[in-house]
Amino acid sequence: MNARRKKRLALATALIGGVAAIASLLLYALNSNLNLFYTPTEIVQGKKDTGVKPKVGQRIRVGGMVTVGSMIRDPNSLHVEFAVHDSLGGEVIVTYDDLLPDLFREGQGIVAQGVLIENGKLEATEVLAKHDENYMPPEVAEAMGQTHEKLEYGSEQKASY
Amino acid sequence: MWKWLHSYADPQRAYNLSGTLLPWFATLAIAFIGVGSVWGLLFAPVDYQQGDSYRIIFIHVPAASMSMSAYMAMATSAFIGLVWQIKSADWAAAAIAPIGAVVTFIALITGAAWGKPMWGTWWVWDARLTSELVLLFLYLGVISLYASFEDKVLAARAAGILAIVGVINIPIIKYSVEWWNSLHQPATIKITEKSSMAPEMLYPLLINIFGFGLMIGAITLVRFRAEILARNGMRPWVRELAKAEGVK
Repeated sequence: MNARRKKRLALATALIGGVAAIASLLLYALNSNLNLFYTPTEIVQGKKDTGVKPKVGQRIRVGGMVTVGSMIRDPNSLHVEFAVHDSLGGEVIVTYDDLLPDLFREGQGIVAQGVLIENGKLEATEVLAKHDENYMPPEVAEAMGQTHEKLEYGSEQKASY
Repeated sequence: MWKWLHSYADPQRAYNLSGTLLPWFATLAIAFIGVGSVWGLLFAPVDYQQGDSYRIIFIHVPAASMSMSAYMAMATSAFIGLVWQIKSADWAAAAIAPIGAVVTFIALITGAAWGKPMWGTWWVWDARLTSELVLLFLYLGVISLYASFEDKVLAARAAGILAIVGVINIPIIKYSVEWWNSLHQPATIKITEKSSMAPEMLYPLLINIFGFGLMIGAITLVRFRAEILARNGMRPWVRELAKAEGVK
């Protein structure tokens, strides 16, 4: 390797190293702002690193698992209310007035966007279903004891559209 | 140790070698993508949650993973071209860029089409989707930088620097779903542990990923050959080649 190539190699390596350092510092500084949503624990107790709690009236997203058995459905409208929890024990109540996505089930991960109307209660304008990275045929899922029941809308709700 | 490799920096040898490799890549790519797609789309079992909708994975995941691999290939070529001043490497980088851009675009479009029925939205600004979009813009930047200089040595240098700087985005895409919480789910195919997918779905997926890699290789070879001819139009061997083909 001659001197010119060595110099260029050093320059190019320094370029990569420099950019990597800048990017990691930037991402480190932004860290929790790059999260798509708050977890229920963060809403109840504040973020782990900064302790910042979302204020009432703030527009936020919350992501977590729909608590099994928490679903309350208004028989005459699309209004639903359910709890969302995470593994750290936080729980937030979400109310929603529109059609839920196909993948929505109790026990399913969801991301709800809306306004925090009081501490621990979110009035959602959009509910998105999250799916996990597991793919398997239904027989296998059944053998593993994974439930996969879809939500059924009642006759009143079906008739309304 | 690498001396034998240096001879392939010669444009004529590179042109001939890629001509020899091209039919292999093309045939294997068609075979792999054919087998993988038919197996995946028609014979693989349905998913327990997503039903048939999950089948778009057989296009989405190969396109997404190869969009990153193609970027690494392009950046490596640009690095070699920049440090060792090997023009063939610059041309290879220029040849890969548009292919990578199209594959990235396919990954974004199939992802959106999958997101609508499953998540309930076409697009969300989470870390994975945004960083993949940045990858598309990086490809477009490299393409336009290379195209905007009359002097192709200068153009390759400018585009090469951008390509190398953009490498930082690749680990961000890869680990975005682990570092931050996002709507996009974490990786299914894992190298160090068992993949979280049933084997009868995993095999066609892996075959298709491999097939997409071969396809990108084949199209790169075609574009690389064209790039060599375009940059060496005044060389005697290219003129002879043109005469033999009957071009005036």
